[in-house]
Amino acid sequence: MSIEISPMILAVFVPLFGAIAAFVLTRVAALIGLATLVLTTGAVIWLARDVLAAGAIVLPLGGWGAPLGIDLRADGLSVAMLALTSAVGFLVSIAALDSLKGADQVRQRQYFWPLWLLLLTGMNGVYLSTDIFNLYVMIEVIALAAVGLTVQSGSRAALQAGLEYMYASILGALLFLMGVGFVYLQLGRLDFAGLSGAAPTGALVAALALIFVGLALKTALFPLHFWLPAAHANATAPASALLSGLVVKAALYIVLRLAQYMPFPSENLLTLVGLMGAGAVIWGGVQALRAERLKLLVAWSTVAQIGLIFVAFARAGELGLTESWKAAALLILAHGIAKAAMFLAAGRIKDEIGHDVIRDLDRTPIRPTLAQFTFALAAISLIGLPPSLGFIGKWALMEGAMAAGYWHWVAVTMVGTLMSVAYFSRVFAGFLRFDRVRAPLGEHQGWALADAAPLTLALMAIGLGLLAAPLLSFLEIGYPFGVAP
Amino acid sequence: MMDAPLLPLFILLTSLLAAPILFALPERAAKLRTAINLGMAALKVALVGSLSLKVSQGVIYDLRFEVLPGLEFKLQADPLAILFIALSAVLWLITTVYSVGYLEHGPHRARFFGFFSLCVAATVGIALSGNLFTFLLFYELLTLATYPLVIHRGTAEALRAGRIYLIYTLAGGLVLLLGTLGLWVLAGTTDFVPGGILADMAAENRLAAQLLFVVLIGALGVKAALLPFHRWLPIAMVAPAPVSALLHAVAVVKAGAFGIMRVVYEVFGIETAQALGVTAPLAALAGVTIIYGSLKAITQDDIKKRLAYSTVSQVSYITLGVALASPIAAVGALAHLIHQGLMKITMFMAAGNLAEGLGVKRVSQMDGVGRAMPGTMLAFTLAALGMIGLPPLAGFVSKWYLAQGGLEAGQAWVIALLLGSSLLNAIYFLPMLHRAWFRDAAPEGAGAPGRPRIGWMLAAPPVTTAVLVLVAGGFANAPFSPLEWTRFIVAIEYQE
Repeated sequence: MSIEISPMILAVFVPLFGAIAAFVLTRVAALIGLATLVLTTGAVIWLARDVLAAGAIVLPLGGWGAPLGIDLRADGLSVAMLALTSAVGFLVSIAALDSLKGADQVRQRQYFWPLWLLLLTGMNGVYLSTDIFNLYVMIEVIALAAVGLTVQSGSRAALQAGLEYMYASILGALLFLMGVGFVYLQLGRLDFAGLSGAAPTGALVAALALIFVGLALKTALFPLHFWLPAAHANATAPASALLSGLVVKAALYIVLRLAQYMPFPSENLLTLVGLMGAGAVIWGGVQALRAERLKLLVAWSTVAQIGLIFVAFARAGELGLTESWKAAALLILAHGIAKAAMFLAAGRIKDEIGHDVIRDLDRTPIRPTLAQFTFALAAISLIGLPPSLGFIGKWALMEGAMAAGYWHWVAVTMVGTLMSVAYFSRVFAGFLRFDRVRAPLGEHQGWALADAAPLTLALMAIGLGLLAAPLLSFLEIGYPFGVAP
Repeated sequence: MMDAPLLPLFILLTSLLAAPILFALPERAAKLRTAINLGMAALKVALVGSLSLKVSQGVIYDLRFEVLPGLEFKLQADPLAILFIALSAVLWLITTVYSVGYLEHGPHRARFFGFFSLCVAATVGIALSGNLFTFLLFYELLTLATYPLVIHRGTAEALRAGRIYLIYTLAGGLVLLLGTLGLWVLAGTTDFVPGGILADMAAENRLAAQLLFVVLIGALGVKAALLPFHRWLPIAMVAPAPVSALLHAVAVVKAGAFGIMRVVYEVFGIETAQALGVTAPLAALAGVTIIYGSLKAITQDDIKKRLAYSTVSQVSYITLGVALASPIAAVGALAHLIHQGLMKITMFMAAGNLAEGLGVKRVSQMDGVGRAMPGTMLAFTLAALGMIGLPPLAGFVSKWYLAQGGLEAGQAWVIALLLGSSLLNAIYFLPMLHRAWFRDAAPEGAGAPGRPRIGWMLAAPPVTTAVLVLVAGGFANAPFSPLEWTRFIVAIEYQE
């Protein structure tokens, strides 16, 4: 029996074969990596065209179909996530070519490409899965690759952070698997469609709660965020960009996807989720204000921003659930792009200046202006200033909260915004202060490949805000939220 | 007749597209940079001229696309937009000349002119915004583009000023976001429509409408330097002189005042606002700000600080004229938007020349500067007398209409307020003029005699704007004078 060539198959298996090839043929790993990304991006574009033309597409693997076999399914949301992954991944890869070119980075190069392609396999798998066991397998693949990427720099701090990340990840996966097991005991099936029809018994809700806690650990939702700052701050710049921009989004996507099929939890549970998010916004903000190093600050801002996405889930209670996912999806996309840009830019600044101590950013005669400019542009989107995609996401969040009269979520969003202004402006002050430098300024004005990639990402984060209307209508393809297909 | 429907967009793009080019130019390409700057500024003046002509013939420009379902990015060229955009285009050209001269040998010129262009693009966008949502986009862009200009010198003091500026304006922007969202949720649109869009809603839910008014005006009041949100303005005067000139005359402060006009006239509508009972408190607040700013100005020895507090006072004339809810006062308010811009930019450029040419930065150092720099000080004198309200200078015209409007609205206290304010203006400006013209220069130190070295690029701009002050006042009734255009707008806003 032959399997029809489908872009969905390609999106998962091209990166997998790429990973294997890059692992074996270490000398040409970078070339394989780039080729794989080009092919994967091509597959995603193909898939996007199909989805635009025909709506959601379901592909039964091996001809069995759910609930027995494995289905792959692509709709607007999953294609948007695939596109985010390819676009960000492609640009990060280009930046990685430049930032990992040092003679002393042979080992780093050797591990980076296979791990990153394995990561891509796992993520694309998540976005196309239609059952929770498949999801479990994929998040384990992601965890394996992500931990590898965390420790890839080989520094002591990175190893320590990677170990913590691994424990958190294993625990999260375990909880997820237990939840999957209980769901199977309850329903006798694991596909999404089976979930949607089920009666919300106590046992089922408990199983789903286990799954949620597992995912919260993986996406570092406060107070389960403990592993994230060190892991993201100590990885190499391209790895940080992938971890912060893409990896945490996989677990967020699963929450978003399962919410489509899950029985409605209850107003109280939803409020609890929002409160955890609010806690992340505040605590992440406070820690970012206190962080002494640039990359640590950026990592803490990830904690805060993820919290905000959970606030978006909760923003309008039961009535708004059918709309809330749009705000969350916009914020996920915005954060993915802008945070990748910011981590790459922070890495460039660190490379040029030689350190990333925020207090001393203004004491150096070297000013990597382009990287600093990129950092500022990314910050505009993360703060949520117009016309960035981050702004549109916040607008959607606050609009829903306001319409529902949930003023506390509006207040949380505003406080979070002000805090992000405060912690990012600590960095700008370092970029723009000149009277402490004794030596003449040597501004870095040349164009490096490693500067072009983050700048492109940052400009995307800003410009996509103006295209939010077509983006939203694409997201809605085949995805009548609240009415399970 | 075939029109160019994209004309407003082109006007916006003249400065928006100039910015990345200017950023990318290397520091040493000074000639090319100047050519681009002046070329774009001149092009903009020409485009705005043609747009004004079209709009005066009744052509309405309207350009929109959807950002979120139902929510539009909308540019629209109506007479009120023309008023503001013409001011910014003309003064941008003049300030560009001045900045090129001022920064001739300074560092970071690429950055400076890049953000300078962005700043003007934001101002143009604010003028052309067809709804509050679009206004908000450009209002925030203005904040972001002016911050690097305020801290251009990169000193600890400049950064402190920049931080305060950023805190005030971004907090104001966030509150404006809240207000815009509130308007969107309550009214389902944020369009600017003469006569307002909230008449029905205000009748239904009076309290919510009043609250919305407070939120929106409070947010805009930050940039308009309305008491008690004015504190950033005197601190931000550490910026280089051309930036201060632009900030006080065209960009930031005026954006706030212009926003207040849009909100009162075209979001609420003057009748609805009056019915809500919110205009009287706003007028009172503007009155207090006028007096407070003048009193603070008297005590300042630093020239730029004195001018800054004078701005706090003078910009509130605009708010006062709007809040009085009388067509005649509205004429005064709108005319003052232009007139105050012309006068204040003259004074800031003159102050910059004193600092550059003579090292004079304080009022107490101004003895005899009139003889050392007669052109600059003549310009300063004209502007100062205009601020005081001496006929036939521009400031007199706006005060005259404001006073009449006060009478028409039955608010006689406005007359007393204007007289008192003029007296205070005289108290803080006349001593400066007296020192400059009637005292002998100190034998040494700052302001000592000797040929000041400033090029024509610094000397000519304030003289030019001073001539405009004279023309705008003296020929106030000529067609196409700011005053005439103002009457045209008021007829629309009051739907006469």
